[in-house]
Amino acid sequence: MIELDNMAYSYGGGELLSGVSLQLQPGAFHFLTGPSGSGKTTFLRLCYGDLTATAGAVRLFGNDVRDLSRDDLAIMRRRIGVVHQDCQFLDHLPLYENIALPLTVSEQGGVEEAHLRELIQWVGLAKRARALPPELSGGERQRAALARAIIMSPDVILADEPTGNVDWEMSQRLLTLLIELNRLGKTVLIATHDLALIRAAKSQVQARVLRIANRKLQFAGADL
Amino acid sequence: MNPIQYVMSILEADTQADRVVPPTGHTVRLTLFSAAAMAFLAVFAMALSMATGRLAVRWGDELARSSTIRISAPAAQEAAQTEAALRVLSTTPGIKSARALTPEEEQALLEPWFGNGVLLSALPVPQLIEVIEEGDGYDVNGLRLRLQAEVPGATLDDHSQWRKPLIRAAYSLRRLGTLSLLLIGGTMAAIITLAATAALAANGQVIRVLRLVGATDSYIASAFVRRFTLRALIGGVIGTVIGMGAVFLLPGAQAEGGFLTGLGFQGWQWLWPLIIPPMGAVVAFFATRGAAMRTLRGLR
Repeated sequence: MIELDNMAYSYGGGELLSGVSLQLQPGAFHFLTGPSGSGKTTFLRLCYGDLTATAGAVRLFGNDVRDLSRDDLAIMRRRIGVVHQDCQFLDHLPLYENIALPLTVSEQGGVEEAHLRELIQWVGLAKRARALPPELSGGERQRAALARAIIMSPDVILADEPTGNVDWEMSQRLLTLLIELNRLGKTVLIATHDLALIRAAKSQVQARVLRIANRKLQFAGADL
Repeated sequence: MNPIQYVMSILEADTQADRVVPPTGHTVRLTLFSAAAMAFLAVFAMALSMATGRLAVRWGDELARSSTIRISAPAAQEAAQTEAALRVLSTTPGIKSARALTPEEEQALLEPWFGNGVLLSALPVPQLIEVIEEGDGYDVNGLRLRLQAEVPGATLDDHSQWRKPLIRAAYSLRRLGTLSLLLIGGTMAAIITLAATAALAANGQVIRVLRLVGATDSYIASAFVRRFTLRALIGGVIGTVIGMGAVFLLPGAQAEGGFLTGLGFQGWQWLWPLIIPPMGAVVAFFATRGAAMRTLRGLR
C-alpha cells in the first residue's frame, strides 16, 4: 500500500531521515514513536505525498510519488485518511461539512446524509454537528478529524499524535475507534510519543512499533 | 467534453463547492466595481465606434452621390452660363437631376459664417448648381472637358478632395473605439487577475486543507473561477445598464449639433451592448483560471 524504499529526506541542508525502508501491508497496525523533533510528522507527510523524498523512493499503491501528476496525487490521497496533529479544519464551515469535505471535493455526487450522520454518531459528536471548529474542545476536534479521515473509507489511516491534546479517557476512546477500524481491515499507522498509549493498545491489537532514532527507522523491541 | 460544456460545468451552481472557500468582502467589492466601471466605459467606446462608423458611411454615401458646379462669371454672363451648364448636365448620362441654388439657399449656406441678413449682391458669390447622380454616376473627366468647352466659368467639384480625409478620419475614430474596447478588456483582465491572486493568497490555508483531503487543482480553481466569473457578470450587467441609460439620455442626432449629437446607438445597434456582460464574464473566467492554476502549481 505504502512503500518506502531506502528513502531519505533533507531539509535546510541537514538530513532529517536517512535510509528508511518500510512496507505498510493491508490490515497492519503500526505505531511510530520517537522524541519530539525526530521526524515523525515529516515521516507521515512523506507517506501521503505532502513532502517528496530527497533520495530513495516512496510508492503509494504501487506508484512512485515523483511520477504522479498533481491531480493523480490528489486522487491518491483520497485512499489515505490522515488525522493531522492540528486537525486542519476549515474554520468557516460547521463540523459536519468539515467531516464531509473529502467527499465534497471528490466530486462523487455529494454526501449521503445517513452515512454522514452515522459516522458523526460513531465518533460521539451528534450534538456538535453544527458547531464551528473553533467552538470545539481538543478531544472533539480529534474525533472529528478521525471521522473526516475515514469518511472516504480509505485503505490506510495515518494519525499524527491523535491523542496529543486530550485526556487519558479520551485518548482511550480514540484508540478504540482506530482499533475498530483496523479490525475492519484498514491499515493504521499512529505517530505518537505516548508510550502508555502504545502499551494500552498492545493488549488489544497486534501492533508493530517503529521508532525514529538518529535519522533511522528502527523496529522497537520489548523495551516499551 | 467540448470547451462550451467545460465552461458550463465550471459555471453550474455548486453551492457546496462554493462554500469551501470563505467569501472575502474586499475582493467581491473590487471585482464588482471594476467590472461595472469597465462595462460602463465599454458601452461608451462601443457607442463612439458605432457612431463614427455610421458617420463614415453617411458621409461616404451622401457626398459620393452629389457634386457641385460653381459658375464664376461676370454678372452679365452668369445667368447665360448657368443655363448653358444646366443644358450640358441634362444631356449627361448618370445625372439624375441638376438645379441652380436659389439666392435664399445660397444665403442660408453663408449664414453660419456671416450671420442673418447677409446681402449676396454685396459679395462676389458664385452661382452654385447642385448635381445628383444616379446609377453608376457620370464620367467626371468627360463632364469636366465638356464644361470647359461650353461653359468657361464653370468649375466641377465632385467633393472627392475633402470627402476622403473626412471618411478616413471617421474610420480612424472607429478604429480608436475598437482599440479602446480591447484596452478595456485587457484592463479588466489585469484587475481580475490581481483580485483573484489576492483572494488565492488570502485563502492559502483553505487551499492547503483542500489539497490534503484530495481536491484536484481544477476543483479548487473552479471554486474561485465560478465566484469571480459570476461577480464580473453581475458587475458587467450593472455597468452596461447604467452605460446604456447614459447613452440613451444623450442628445439625439441633429443637424445643428453635427457629429457630437449623433453619438449613441440606433435601432438594432442597441443590442450590441448586451454582449458586454458575457464578454466580461469570459475575460474574468480566463483571467481567474490562469491566476488560480499559476498559484496552485506553486503548491505541493
